[in-house]
Amino acid sequence: MTDHLLEVRDLHVDIPLGHSTLHAVRGIDFHVDRGELVCLVGESGCGKSLTSLALMGLLPSRARRRAAALRFAGAELTTLPERRMADLRGNRMAMIFQEPMTSLNPAYTIGNQLTEALSRHRKVTAAQARDRAVHLLERVGITAAASRLGQYPHQLSGGLRQRVMIAMALMCGPELIIADEPTTALDVTIQAQILHLLRELQQEFGMAVVLITHDLGVVARVADRVAVMYAGEIVETGPVASLFAAPSHPYTRGLLACIPVPGRTRPGEMLGSIPGIVPSLTGRLEGCAFRNRCGEARDACAGPVPWRQGLAGQAVRCVGAA
Amino acid sequence: MLRFALRRLGVAIAVAFTVSLACFLLLHLSGDLATSIAGPEATAAQIEAVRKQYGLDRPLVTQFADWLWHAVQLDFGRSYYFQDRVIDLIASRLPVTMILGGLALAFALIVAIPLGVIAAIKRDSWIDRLALVIAVLGQAMPSFWFGLTLIIVFSVQLRWLPASGADSWQGFILPVVALGYYATPAIMRLTRTGMLDVLGSDYIRTARAKGLRTGTIMFKHALRNAIIPVIALAAVQLGFMLGGSLVIEAVFSLHGLGYLAWEAIARNDYPVMQAIVLILASIYILLTLGADLLNAAIDPRIRVR
Ligand SMILES: Nc1ncnc2c1ncn2[C@@H]1O[C@H](COP(=O)(O)OP(=O)(O)O)[C@@H](O)[C@H]1O
Ligand code: SF4
Ligand SMILES: [Mg+2]
Repeated sequence: MTDHLLEVRDLHVDIPLGHSTLHAVRGIDFHVDRGELVCLVGESGCGKSLTSLALMGLLPSRARRRAAALRFAGAELTTLPERRMADLRGNRMAMIFQEPMTSLNPAYTIGNQLTEALSRHRKVTAAQARDRAVHLLERVGITAAASRLGQYPHQLSGGLRQRVMIAMALMCGPELIIADEPTTALDVTIQAQILHLLRELQQEFGMAVVLITHDLGVVARVADRVAVMYAGEIVETGPVASLFAAPSHPYTRGLLACIPVPGRTRPGEMLGSIPGIVPSLTGRLEGCAFRNRCGEARDACAGPVPWRQGLAGQAVRCVGAA
Repeated sequence: MLRFALRRLGVAIAVAFTVSLACFLLLHLSGDLATSIAGPEATAAQIEAVRKQYGLDRPLVTQFADWLWHAVQLDFGRSYYFQDRVIDLIASRLPVTMILGGLALAFALIVAIPLGVIAAIKRDSWIDRLALVIAVLGQAMPSFWFGLTLIIVFSVQLRWLPASGADSWQGFILPVVALGYYATPAIMRLTRTGMLDVLGSDYIRTARAKGLRTGTIMFKHALRNAIIPVIALAAVQLGFMLGGSLVIEAVFSLHGLGYLAWEAIARNDYPVMQAIVLILASIYILLTLGADLLNAAIDPRIRVR
């Protein structure tokens, strides 16, 4: 158990709102092994971003994090002082965000922002940091890399900026990269390139990647394992091949039915065409959170829903799953 | 960058010209200059003599063109009262005002920016509230009243500092505080708002995701962006302070440009008044120009516009 690179047990994220509390993440468990690409998939608002920020210790100040365990490379993050956490961030665990247009500081050059990530954590000369930046910019597919160092973010397109963000995450050679919908804000053609690049880099550098997405099509293309999230909980998890071959949770099956099929689906159509609405995340939820939208709901669904282990490492949280 | 600078300089010259023209017209339209120069007891003949002597009988256009022609060569004529050349008068008084204004701005920035930053970082803490109180007080208090309060407390009662004069550096302390305090609230509030804006931005989250130290995040990544609007404001405030130094120099008997302006107004010394307006306007314009250039240097996005 303890040799997972990242192990999350019973993670909660609460956001106090006036007189109620939003339970955005409701006790999730998952793990990531070294060199593995795990996808966290679910509809918008199900708590994916807050989960990733909770792992990085980057939650908004009013959000509250609580977990039975949050172990990364042998260190327990829940009790780690902020200074030590900052030593890990950008160094052994790095993050790529959804918004490439606003995630770079407009006042500093690309080169400055790349090199500071390395010089913060390693004893390197300016020339060494610069060489590493050029090398990585080339590696993420940016032409004329050396001359880009002097450019400012506003001189680059969204796709290029996201490549810069990826290069920045790679500066210290992290063991884990968390990518929160890194392609959602980009054009469709560039989305595929960036996704491909991420997978390639993950394999080349032997990194673990947590890739967050709302698109099961993305999962199918790149993931080793997948965890499906619904309303702040993980409802099904397993290796990507077996989960796609035999989805057990009705929500997973609904998502799969929404994957665009070339020729049959209009471009730009989103998934989430499962009828019904997500329950409110304030207050307690009894029983299965999906039951107001589930075609297979029965009386037992209002009671506690235990995890069931399936074949080939699959696990599902549904009373009806065989 | 050079084209940007040249274009802004062109605008600046146009503004200086307009201000001079407006001042000239206002002076001439406010009443008969020859009558007020000659004084209340002057006879009609004396007034006519004054009119001829000072060239006030010429058409307005000629008078203005003549004044402008000399003014661009820094020749503002002679003072009616002091009889000295106006340029010499200004040269002897300007340093006091510049030192006062410069120190007052420095005082305002040194107090306001750290307070604004701390107020933003420790939002809603007691220090944020204290900063708000200081700001409200500063905005509500007239500068002459604050200046007099300082004199009463520190010169009359505590006897720590001189109440007037610029003979020693101590003489500058109270006027600098009185004048600088006036600009503190606006700069502090803008720094605080700017920092709050910037601290919530995605690139600050990126900086934190890199594990950067708090100091680097606050001062390298946040303050540099938050300070951009503050620079423009500081330039405007320095302009206001040059105006405000009229009052402060009178309160503290500092013989600067503001004091000279009082003397000129009291004695109908038109050449001096006209020259002071042009000089103050030019300084003000140069300040905004300098702020624009400084902003362009700090924010790469401005340069391309
Ligand atoms: N800073 C915040 N303040 C209040 N509510 C938030 C905040 N961030 C996220 N939420 C809420 O928490 C829930 C989960 O958000 P998020 O993790 O961003 O979802 P996802 O990334 O899966 O789309 C949503 O209902 C969202 O509205
Ligand atoms: S537990 Fe019941 S309601 Fe929930 S997904 Fe399974 S069958 Fe549907
Ligand atoms: Mg999100």
